[in-house]
Amino acid sequence: MSILVLAEHHDGQLAGATAHVVAAAKAIGGDIDILVAGENVGAVAEAAAKLDGVSKVRVADNAAYAHQLAEPMGALLVELAGDYSHVLAAASTTGKNVLPRVAALKDVSQISEILEVIDADTFKRPIYAGNAIATVKSADSLKVITVRTTAFDAVAEGGSASVESVDFVAENGQSTFIKQELAQSDRPELGGARVVISGGRGMGSGENFKLLDGIADKLGAAIGASRAAVDAGFVPNDMQVGQTGKIVAPELYIAVGISGAIQHLAGMKDSKVIVAINKDEEAPIFQVADYGLVGDLFEILPELESKL
Amino acid sequence: MKVLVAVKRVIDYNVKIRVKADHSDVDLTNVKMAMNPFCEIAVEEAVRLKEKGVATEVVAVTIGPKAAQEQLRTALALGADRAVHVETEERVESLAAAKLLAKVVEGEQPGLVILGKQAIDTDNNQTGQMLAALAGLPQGTFASEVTVENDKVQVTREIDGGLQTVELTLPAIVTTDLRLNEPRYAKLPDIMKAKKKPLDVKSPADLGVEVASRLTLAKVESPAERKGGIKVGSVDELVDKLKNEAKVL
Repeated sequence: MSILVLAEHHDGQLAGATAHVVAAAKAIGGDIDILVAGENVGAVAEAAAKLDGVSKVRVADNAAYAHQLAEPMGALLVELAGDYSHVLAAASTTGKNVLPRVAALKDVSQISEILEVIDADTFKRPIYAGNAIATVKSADSLKVITVRTTAFDAVAEGGSASVESVDFVAENGQSTFIKQELAQSDRPELGGARVVISGGRGMGSGENFKLLDGIADKLGAAIGASRAAVDAGFVPNDMQVGQTGKIVAPELYIAVGISGAIQHLAGMKDSKVIVAINKDEEAPIFQVADYGLVGDLFEILPELESKL
Repeated sequence: MKVLVAVKRVIDYNVKIRVKADHSDVDLTNVKMAMNPFCEIAVEEAVRLKEKGVATEVVAVTIGPKAAQEQLRTALALGADRAVHVETEERVESLAAAKLLAKVVEGEQPGLVILGKQAIDTDNNQTGQMLAALAGLPQGTFASEVTVENDKVQVTREIDGGLQTVELTLPAIVTTDLRLNEPRYAKLPDIMKAKKKPLDVKSPADLGVEVASRLTLAKVESPAERKGGIKVGSVDELVDKLKNEAKVL
């Protein structure tokens, strides 16, 4: 078996997500190659070569792959996929955008956002917003898979894979990159953040959400909100975490002043570690929290910020 | 320009789902069904394009059992002009759905196809991209803004870390994200009028597509209950636990 992992990278840096996808590839077993596609990605390739368990890094460094548009990226992966039994990518917006194209062009199904590898053909994945877990078995000769990165521990560094370049250049007359506006703050985007701190109705007002800023800065966290906080007009609805908002699964989720309604839990209960801060010790959020702290958030938040 | 919009009948998002006792699937008997929320956003966008004079006709399409015609009637009540139902009782995976839609696209020749970014039942997030690949068209996924100008469409996409704008040549495939618009509600007179709008029924065989599953659903289970956590007594204890026990700081 041989596995091709699509490297995730931003601003010339290898993204942490890649080491988690390599871990999923190791669980499948077989030779693991990494594809680094983009423009001026030499440093990304070097970093990818250091990941433990990687045999070879294949580098497609060309203006055609700048911004990783779906059309040329799909064509590139289709060109290379013939050498592999599995093609994996993180279930990031890039992976989700590109991989289904590859699967369709190879006439195979895609398995989205796997949580666990049972064997080389069988995987577990969440359905119904994580309210059920499906075990699916693929009969396809090529498995095209996206990986929920928080479900796999990152592989360490220490490898020394060989690096070779890929000459194939995809033609693309259909799509053009116009612009990109990345969030101005240093805060990560909610869906991809390693740490998320969310406020609920208990925050009392939009103004009080500022109490979360200092903690978020120190932890490199994204700030989210419950539907109650959005409906109360405290914050805009793109901050909403829940079944109808964003589904997040960070390593650490801190719920502040959130009671823990079913709809909110659907959006965050796959987080690795959950912390709840709430003055009501009967709040349902404590039933899913790994660490709960009962008390007044207006006292706890400043203290927490000072002690991080 | 004709706009094709694909909609899916799914379990209502407010319903708390139950896994069947034999773990074969989720129990859908006597459960409230509705149009997938991301498809509602797709219909709304298509109707707005018509109201702006960009679209001349909006055609809604669905794949599924007979009951899925309810969702097509909803799309018609919201402003679609006519509907196409690809009727099948089988479980249709994304790849087969994309193949069926590619045939509909071939027949209808729309200038733009709008789908939701994912269905809230299977959570696959594949069909739009697969359709684009099979139809040989460019894709603008996770759209939060769509602007059609002459023979091009600019799509602002929600990507990890921010927004990205791409320009696609028409015809193109767009999939909707939550922020694209706020869908309207169907008004009673429009619901009545929708009953008279044309609705074509086709079978997968009519379109020459095999819908048999490629993936076997071996088991469906409830997610593991989270282990009962502990309550800590102070901020110091919390920080200590996060650093030394959970190792997430």
